[in-house]
This record gives sequence, structure tokens and C-alpha cells, in this order.
Amino acid sequence: MQNLALEMRGITKTFPGVKALDQVNLSVRQGEIHAIVGENGAGKSTLMKVLSGVYPHGSYEGEICFENEVMAFSGIADSEEKGIIIIHQELALVPLLSIAENIFLGNEIVENGVINWPETYTRSTALLKKVGLREPASTHIGKLGVGKQQLVEIAKALSKKVKLLILDEPTAALQEDDSQKLLDLLLELKAEGITSILISHKLNEISRVADSITVIRDGTSVETMDCHAETISESRIVSGMVGRDMANRYPARDSRLGETLLEVSHWNVFHPERADRQMIRDLSLRVSAGEVVGIAGLMGSGRTELAMSIFGRSYGQKISGEVRLKGQLINTSTVKQAVESGLAYVTEDRKELGLILEENIIKNTTLVNLAGVTTNGVLDENEERRVSEEYKTSLKIRTPSVFQKVMNLSGGNQQKVVLSKWLFANPEVLILDEPTRGIDVGAKYEIYSIINQLADEGRGVLMISSEMPELLGMCDRIYIMNEGEFVGELASSEASQEKIMSMIVSA
Amino acid sequence: MNKNNNVSIGTHLKGHLREFGMLAALVVIMMFFQVLTEGTLMKPVNLTNLLLQNSYIIIMAIGMLLVIVAGHIDLSVGSVAGFIGALAAVMMVNYDLPMMLAVPICLAAGALIGAAQGYWVAYWKIPSFIVTLAGMLVFRGLTLALLEGQSVGPFPDTFQLLSTGFVPDVFGVKRPNMTAIGLGVVAALLIVWMAVRTRNRALKYGMDDEPFAVFVVKNLLIAAALIYISYLLATYRGYPNVLITMALLIVVYTFITNKTSLGRRIYALGGNEKAAKLSGINTERLTFLTFTNMGMLAALAGLIFAARLKTATPKAGFAFELDVIAAVFIGGASMTGGVGKVTGAVVGALIMGVMNNGMSILGIGIDWQQVIKGLVLLAAVIFDVYNKNKAH
Repeated sequence: MQNLALEMRGITKTFPGVKALDQVNLSVRQGEIHAIVGENGAGKSTLMKVLSGVYPHGSYEGEICFENEVMAFSGIADSEEKGIIIIHQELALVPLLSIAENIFLGNEIVENGVINWPETYTRSTALLKKVGLREPASTHIGKLGVGKQQLVEIAKALSKKVKLLILDEPTAALQEDDSQKLLDLLLELKAEGITSILISHKLNEISRVADSITVIRDGTSVETMDCHAETISESRIVSGMVGRDMANRYPARDSRLGETLLEVSHWNVFHPERADRQMIRDLSLRVSAGEVVGIAGLMGSGRTELAMSIFGRSYGQKISGEVRLKGQLINTSTVKQAVESGLAYVTEDRKELGLILEENIIKNTTLVNLAGVTTNGVLDENEERRVSEEYKTSLKIRTPSVFQKVMNLSGGNQQKVVLSKWLFANPEVLILDEPTRGIDVGAKYEIYSIINQLADEGRGVLMISSEMPELLGMCDRIYIMNEGEFVGELASSEASQEKIMSMIVSA
Repeated sequence: MNKNNNVSIGTHLKGHLREFGMLAALVVIMMFFQVLTEGTLMKPVNLTNLLLQNSYIIIMAIGMLLVIVAGHIDLSVGSVAGFIGALAAVMMVNYDLPMMLAVPICLAAGALIGAAQGYWVAYWKIPSFIVTLAGMLVFRGLTLALLEGQSVGPFPDTFQLLSTGFVPDVFGVKRPNMTAIGLGVVAALLIVWMAVRTRNRALKYGMDDEPFAVFVVKNLLIAAALIYISYLLATYRGYPNVLITMALLIVVYTFITNKTSLGRRIYALGGNEKAAKLSGINTERLTFLTFTNMGMLAALAGLIFAARLKTATPKAGFAFELDVIAAVFIGGASMTGGVGKVTGAVVGALIMGVMNNGMSILGIGIDWQQVIKGLVLLAAVIFDVYNKNKAH
């Protein structure tokens, strides 16, 4: 057994209303590549934020031991000083500065307060050579592709005398050959004695480079596998990622499917800024009355982009395809048209896109359907209040009063306000994007009950979720999405987490 | 009735601290200067002047409130007001166009200018700070060009009445002006009647959240203040014409912002533009409209200012935008948009106006006036932020 580079013991991190990490243990040996796998929201990124000091010492419970010393980081600067460097999924580079400037950003080579440019460029060039990036150090970051930017991030880490390098989904946005290059580089760094933690969804990459694998599920560390002691199959990892008890977490519903409500056919969408990048590829779907249809897929698979492009073309450009409701072609070219045609879209980001946080529950509830509380062109405030009280009761929104600003509500109650807003518009089909994200278990159950009730009323529900058990527990049918396409469709009777996961990872 | 009434007077006042605080501040500032100026502030002739001097700021503050609530800013209003004054002078003085033709043309020109700026802000997403900064320079320059650097005047008498005229005494008493007293009483009764009606309807829904005592005292005070000020004005020359214009604008815009879906959508737009857009609100058109409206009100303010000076001067409207923006922020609007009231902006403008007027009477130099006004603006905004942080 080699020496441990890092040991995290009993890490518990709570956010208001949610326990994100619960007694997580992680042991990383000196000089190995240690992979961390788990579903979206399992707590991988939170764990890395605890490790790197983004969540300072004292905001979590448990102990971090690095090179046999107990650490108490109060910020990211502390952990970097010890040689722990994290490279986030969203790269932290300044596009308008050069490679060299970015590498030494915040860590400039200065003499008497003046930057020593020759030294900066010499050292940058040396670092770039090391990571295998053939670009002049004076190139602006904005001119590089994501893969090359990733290499710059690693060069930046190396400039800081890195001992433990953490990579959060480094290959998620990379093409195949760039990914391979990056993994080769990781192996080279390993040969030089640098320890790495690799968070990834791509199991084939993990089996290629990892020495050990830790599985995180629902905020707890499930197991750690040693890749040298035994051969780890991908299905073994998958079952570790998804296996959990599903009993009684989802209210029961008798499905009574009616006519086909929503039909989307041959849907194509391109990236809003980069017209050559196709985000959705010739995709078709349908939702019947009384049906809850799920869309499974990893982050970045295009689920939200699909939903928003259908709903008033709120995402993308060069959109083509047909949307039908009850067989009739409908116009969804603006949000207003989509709403009037009978669609509703409950966004995944309720704070940024769903609510006006500074306003009270009433004003948020009636926003979509102001006409419904207007008589002779005048808003009827009493009627508005009556409507809000009604939804407060029927959706069990926990608040002292409907005059409460929504920013003071918990996540679950905020989500119910968003649902009230759309229910008051009386849609035929609701698209729910991650309807239970960041919501605690009890409130989740209530949201599920609301969804069931919507289906019982004969509405169609299209539900996007990263939590596979949720889809399995709630949906009649599940589409599996990857890279802008549906790669499979399963009835709930034949679906399982293993099937879905393997459809995604093998696509 | 009192069964629902579980809100104590103290907590109610606390909850509406900002609203009452603004009005209280205005009253305190007025009393302060009333004492310091040994009663000059509230003399009928000074009160009349105070209203005339601030009418154009108040009118622009109403438009600016909508722009700021929508999450933008308009720096061009002073220049636009000056430009429209110049345009009016050229049309009426140089070309002898009748007022009935010139005024509508001027208002339309103002709306067009606002629309032109709003177009870039709304549909091209160019920051309003930049667009209206450009507009400020452009229309300042165009004012100079139009007037060829000279003052142009005097305006015809009928046009001057826009600003210097008074509502005549239809009862023939003249002093005190019975029309003014009558209108004051009618307005007071109307306000009380509407308040009672609103309260009764709310009670019918079982929704009174204002303690009865607060309701009575508040409305009695408002009615009394209205009648008292009307009486003071009546002992001089009665209601100035601009007061009527202003009152109409305040009523109309308060109604729009509080009671129509148009108003509600502007608040939603400023509160969270993305959420508003995903709720089916045409945010671009709404932004465009607020700027168009601002342009029109700036034009009206420009006309009133020109009529007051009797001539159009190249410097007219200079730095007005600063007073207007300050008034809106003192009145409780939020810099990030989504928060603010028409009445707040009006009270904010009055606070600035009373301070200007009071300090001038006291003979405080323009230098120290600026310093004090700046500090008051800062204090008002700090008060807001402090309140907000305390609420969390």
C-alpha cells in the first residue's frame, strides 16, 4: 500500500434544507489517478469544493488530511498554496488576455511591482511545451478551442507547483482526439509524480487511466474500487452509481392515456452563437393526454435546449420542424404564441429564469395570465389575491402570507410558486425541466403528487430530469437523449437505470 | 371586521417604512425650512413658485421612473427637453406656426426621439447608458445648431400661459381663488371616497391588512394637507395650469403602473428580464415603449420650461437629467430595476425642490447646495440598502 496523498474523513455538508454530503470518505494514494463517478447531483462537485476551500473550513463537518497534515482551508488561495489545484468544468480563463497572461494571472512574476514580461513568456513557453500545446504564448485565449483552453488550465496549474490536480469533467466538451490527448497528458503527469482526481461520466476514459475509482451516490461515498487488484467492468461501475432503494419515494398513479396531445417532429436546432454547431438533430417526440413522459440524459445532452427551443424558440437559431397539438399544427414562434397554444415550460433554473425574486407570491402567480385577473383593462388585486390563496392551499405552499417575497421561500415552495404561475395559464402540456432540483425529499414527494394530479386531469407532462430513479418512478415512458438526439425510448415497464445508463454511455 | 385584523399598528408602519418614511422626510424637510426661513417657505407666492420651478422635473421623473423600473436609465432627457424648447421657438417665433399645431408636433418629435433611442436599447441590446449618453450629446449639439447659439423668443402669450397661467376663479371671488379651494376639496373627497371603496372591497374578500386607525389617520392627513395647500395657493392666484397638468399625469401614470397589466409587466421586466420573457412578455417592445414615453414626457417638460422662461435658450435643460434621476432614486426606486413608485418619484422630486428652494431663500450658495443635495441622495439610497439588508 502506497502512502496516502489525501484523506477526507466523514465530510458532511448541509445547505438550507438539503444535505448535499453525508459522511463522505475519500482516500487518494500518492501518485495515482483517482476517478470519482456518480450521477448528476450526487455530490461530486460539492465534495471537490469542500476540498479546494471554496466552502471554507467550518462550513462543513469532517476532516481533510493532505500529506498527513490536517488542513483547514479558509479559501481557494489556501488550498492552492498547498498545491491542490482544481480545474472546473467552466474554465476560469479570461478570453481577452494572452495565454501567458492567463497562466500567471493572480500569480504574476513581478520585480518591484512591475511584471517581468520576458521571464513570463519564457516560462509560459516551457509550460506549454510540457502540456503539448503548440501555440505562441502571446495568443489570446478567445482564439483557442475548448480542448486547447483545457491544456492552458493545466499549464496554469503546473506553474503553481501542483501536487494534487483535480479535473471536473475535463473532457465533457471535448472532441474524441482532444480527450485522448488530455488523458495522455494526465498519464505523463502521473509519471512525474503528480496525483490527480478525475471526475468524469465517460466510463471508457476512466477504465483507461484510473488507478482507483470512488463511487458517490446521494451524497455518500458508496465504495472505492482498486483497478489493479481486480478488473472493473463498466456495468459494475454503473450499478454502483445507480443502485438505491426506490420504494415509496413516488406516489402511485393509474395511467389513463388519452389522445395524442403534443407531437414534435423532425426538430433541428443550432447553437445561438455558433451557427455551424447543431444542438438538436432531427428529433421527434410525442406526449399523450394523461401521460408523463421523461427525458433522461446527462447534462449537456441538449435536453434544456430542446425544451426551450420548442417553447417560443427561446433557445437557438435556424430552428426547423413541426409542433402539433391534438394533431393541429401550432405556432410556437414566440413564448406568447406557445402559451396561447397551450404549452407551459417550467424552467430548470427557477431563480434566474422562473421567478421575480423581489416580488411577492401574488405577482409571480398571475404574471403569465394577467388577462385572467383583469376586468375592463384594470387589474383586480382582490381577484389576484384570491387566485394566489387558492394555489397556496391546493399546492400546499408553506408561507405566512401570499404577500411574502418569493426570495424568502425555500426551494420547494419557490418551485410550487412557479408551478402555480403556469397552472393559472391552464396549459394542456407542461414541460418540466428538472422540477425537483435542489429540493428536499419531503417537498419532492409533494411535487410528484402535483405532477400526478396534472396527468390525472388529462394534461400531458414532459419531464426532464437528471435523476434517473425519479424518471423511473414517475414516467409512463422515457426517451433517452445524448448529444442532441434520442438514442432510445423505453416504456417504464421495461426501463431500468442500468439500461438507461448503458444506452447513454455506449452511445 | 377586527377578526381579520391581526396586524398591529407598529408592525404595519414598519412594513411600509419606505413609503411613510419618504412622506415623513418631505414633511420634516418642509417644516425644517419653514422654521429656518421664518415662514417664507410656505408663503403662498413661494409655494406657487416652488411648484412652477419643479414641474418639469416632476414630469420627467414620472417617465424616468418607468425607465428605471424597467432596468434602464435615460441620460438624454435634459438635452431632449432643451432641444424641444428650441424646436418650439423656431416653429412659433421664427415661422409663426400656431401653438395648436406646434405643441403636438413637439410632443410627437419627443416621442420619436425616445423611440429612436429605445430602438437601439430594446432591439440591439446596446446599454441604455451608452445610447442615451450619445443622445445627450447629440441633442445638446442640435439645440445649439437649431438656435444658432442665440436665445430665441419671446413666445406668443398663449403659449406662455402653459406655464405662467392660472386656473381662473369661476366664482368671481379672485382672492381667495374659489376654484382652487373647490377643486382641492373635491380632490380630497375623491381620494377619501376611493380609499373607502377599495378598503370595503378588500374587506369583502376578507383581506384587510391595514389597521383601521392607520387607515383613518392616513387619509385624514392626506385630505387635510391637500385642502390646506389648495387654500394657500388660493390666497395668491389659485392653481397654476401646470399643477393641473402634473396632477393629471400623476393620476394617469399611477393608475397605469398599479392597475394595468402593462404596468405590471414593466415591473416584471425590470425584476427579472429573462423570467418575464419566458412568461410570454414581449420585453423588447416594452423597453421600446418606456423610452418612447420618456421622450414624450421630456418634450412636454421642455415646452413647459421654455414657456416659463418665455424664450428658448441654448442652455435650457442643462443637467436636468441629474435632478430627475436623483429624484427617482430618492423616491425609492432600485438601481437594478423592478422597484419604484410614481408617487415615490414625485415625492423625491419635491424633496429636491423644497431643498433647492429653501436653501436659496436662506442664501446658501449654489456650491454648498450641490454638496447637500448630493449627500441627501446618498443618504436616501444608503437608507434603502440598509433596510433591505436588515429585512434578510
